[in-house]
Amino acid sequence: MAALDLISPNSPLYSKRKGVYPKAVNGFYRRLKWLVMAVTLTIYYVTPWLRWDRGPYAPDQAVLIDLAHRRFYMFSIEIWPQEFYYVAGLLVMAGIGLFLVTSAVGRAWCGYACPQTVWTDLFVHVERLTDGDRNAQIRLARAPMTPGKAAKRFTKHAIWIAIAVATGGAWIFYFADAPTLAVAFVTGSAPFVAYATVGVLTATTYILGGLMREQVCIYMCPWPRIQTAMLDEKSLIVTYKYWRGEPRTRGLKKPVPQLADFPTESINIAMRAGRAGDCIDCDSCVAVCPTGIDIREGPQIGCITCALCIDACDKVMAQIGRPRGLIDYATLEDAVVEKAGGAPRPVLGTLLRPRTLVYFAIWAGIGGAMLFSLGERSRLDISVASDRNPRYVQLSDGSIRNSYTVKLRNMEARPRGVDVSVSGLPGAVMWTEAGSRDTAGPSTRVTLAPDATTQLRLFVAAPADGSEHSRFHLQAQPIDGVPGSKEARPARDDVTFERPEREDAQ
Amino acid sequence: MKMTKRIDAPTGTETVGHEWDGIEELDTPLPRWWLMIFVACVVFAIGYVVVYPAIPMRHSATQGVIRWNSRADYQAQVAADTARRAPINRAIAATPVEQLPQHPALLRAAVEGGRAAFKVHCVQCHGAGAAGSVGYPNLNDDDWLWGGDLKSIEYTLINGVRNPDHDATRFSQMPAFADILQPAEINQLVRHVRNISGQGKPNAAGAALFAANCAACHGAEGKGGREFGAPNLTDGIWLYGGDEAALRTTITYARAGVMPRWNARLDPVTIRMLAAYVHSLGGGEANPAAVLAEGKVDGGA
Ligand code: SF4
Ligand code: SF4
Repeated sequence: MAALDLISPNSPLYSKRKGVYPKAVNGFYRRLKWLVMAVTLTIYYVTPWLRWDRGPYAPDQAVLIDLAHRRFYMFSIEIWPQEFYYVAGLLVMAGIGLFLVTSAVGRAWCGYACPQTVWTDLFVHVERLTDGDRNAQIRLARAPMTPGKAAKRFTKHAIWIAIAVATGGAWIFYFADAPTLAVAFVTGSAPFVAYATVGVLTATTYILGGLMREQVCIYMCPWPRIQTAMLDEKSLIVTYKYWRGEPRTRGLKKPVPQLADFPTESINIAMRAGRAGDCIDCDSCVAVCPTGIDIREGPQIGCITCALCIDACDKVMAQIGRPRGLIDYATLEDAVVEKAGGAPRPVLGTLLRPRTLVYFAIWAGIGGAMLFSLGERSRLDISVASDRNPRYVQLSDGSIRNSYTVKLRNMEARPRGVDVSVSGLPGAVMWTEAGSRDTAGPSTRVTLAPDATTQLRLFVAAPADGSEHSRFHLQAQPIDGVPGSKEARPARDDVTFERPEREDAQ
Repeated sequence: MKMTKRIDAPTGTETVGHEWDGIEELDTPLPRWWLMIFVACVVFAIGYVVVYPAIPMRHSATQGVIRWNSRADYQAQVAADTARRAPINRAIAATPVEQLPQHPALLRAAVEGGRAAFKVHCVQCHGAGAAGSVGYPNLNDDDWLWGGDLKSIEYTLINGVRNPDHDATRFSQMPAFADILQPAEINQLVRHVRNISGQGKPNAAGAALFAANCAACHGAEGKGGREFGAPNLTDGIWLYGGDEAALRTTITYARAGVMPRWNARLDPVTIRMLAAYVHSLGGGEANPAAVLAEGKVDGGA
């Protein structure tokens, strides 16, 4: 049947994943990757356990996304939902930061800091512990299933799953008090969503980091498509210097199909010089590549710029007594210069250029503006909505009453008293739902709950003579706080007082 | 555009056979997991069609093997919600309306329930914001014909106003003075009423007529009386208008607004909730002194 043909393993629609068995490598970039992995994993696992004293009315977790109360705590910063633009600002900064990094050093994010890379790296390392390095892994993969192989497979997947559980497990601590949740989680009393989250993240970590690995980077991730478009000829990328490497020493003795891929004039240069290239075709660079590609085929979407091939080739170059850097970080511009025999520009020169500086200026500008406004923002806010139905009510003494829904946000983690008063509306008196016309006055005192929004219905009465729509202010003045300080700063909102049209006025 | 398939030498992959400006497209096979997921989605979709209502037929869609439908879902939710609210409804039923303010949670529930019931039963006359219109009282203001405390409002709601089929209804009847007074006298009365409400000049003849004909119900000073639902004529609020023409019509032909008795249509809890809501609109009055004397203080006003 044709339909069944489609899902048969031999169908031409299928491509079985080719096993990638990256070989262990050591060198400068590998050590840099270890460092980045150590730092990022430490941040990830430790952050939820940091404490930060905010007084008795707010949680003491340094970084907490409190979905139930719609608060985001980050050390001394507390974000309320209406201040979500700070999060938007962070996202914009992350986007521009990606432009900045990509235009400077290509896909360095992919190679070093991307969670997919970090966890895959961890999983690859676990695999080496259980199965041995590349050659042993390939042999093991081909070997028939024996108790010994089964034991190794079981150990590997058990450790992978343990790591995956720890990954999902750490995530939930960002959303609730970590020590409490940890106890609740192991005693089985945590909310269902916590278990579900851990379950989903365990599955995705295990599948994406352990089983799919480079398939995620090549087929699933959108970044490679975007990032390759953001690179320019001045960006540092991992480059095989074919003008120096070709023709490959070993390749000279046999036909070299790869030569067809390179511009003929470059081959001619090497051939004319009558010398062999530096590449000895040892395939070390291919063996260490976590995405299983051959960088000598030129820049390609599968390359995550992890530079492990640089480490591998540098070692080979040292052994055969040639200068390092046959594979190296280089810009496409440098490639042209170097090919013609010139010297590459110093790295600083490629990093500091107008494009990166402009990105950095925008990035730092947004960051600076956000820091400034974080320092300046008021922790008391009043917003007033006029009750529109009815627009106004005439009282028996002939005066006009409007009613308002007032929201007072006390964003400090302590109870506060404020005086709500009317300014700019002659003869106005006010009372709240809890009071009455008899107790009305020019202002009313309200006690605000700590770190909460207090809503009240406010009645304001004023004489009927006046314009149809008078503008006035409702002001909330904190009753404590050093005068002139940020805490004592009043909050105010612009309000309209509605009266009957003049013809109707009685 | 040429259409010849061939094997691309460097990659060993077949081309799809298109060629544009010398650029050819490789027919690179999909990763196996990718196709697996696609097949799994197709299988899921077929299962979904079997289990849930899906294919439109002539009168209704196929029912699906579990016979799920949104209406049953909705009814289950309504039933669950009714059950959830039953305890608070029972508590409201057991609490006399004037004591609701002592139970803030009950009062809040009653006001919210009343807000919903008002939108169904009362907006036709009193308007969505309870602001009324000519002939239909504004329930937001502080002027009440029959009393504005919780108990009086509830009584009005239960028994109605000038409701013909109920003895306990609020009742009063202003005479039509067309049969009693001359038009000139009615004009004098109009000017007097305008005067006591601060809208015109004193008028001795009108005052005398008022004392003789109107004071019995509206009081000597025209401040009205709640035992007759007689409006206060000295304030700024007019149910039928306070200009000369409206007053002349009122005195000549009399007015007699009618409100149905709601105990014929609503259960006591809903009526109590409506009373709480109307009372909360901003003009509600404190409970009468007798209730206050028992130490039951009205929190809202
Ligand atoms: S590691 Fe260096 S020498 Fe070896 S194959 Fe790769 S490029 Fe050539
Ligand atoms: S080609 Fe080199 S830099 Fe690119 S992914 Fe492979 S090892 Fe990393």
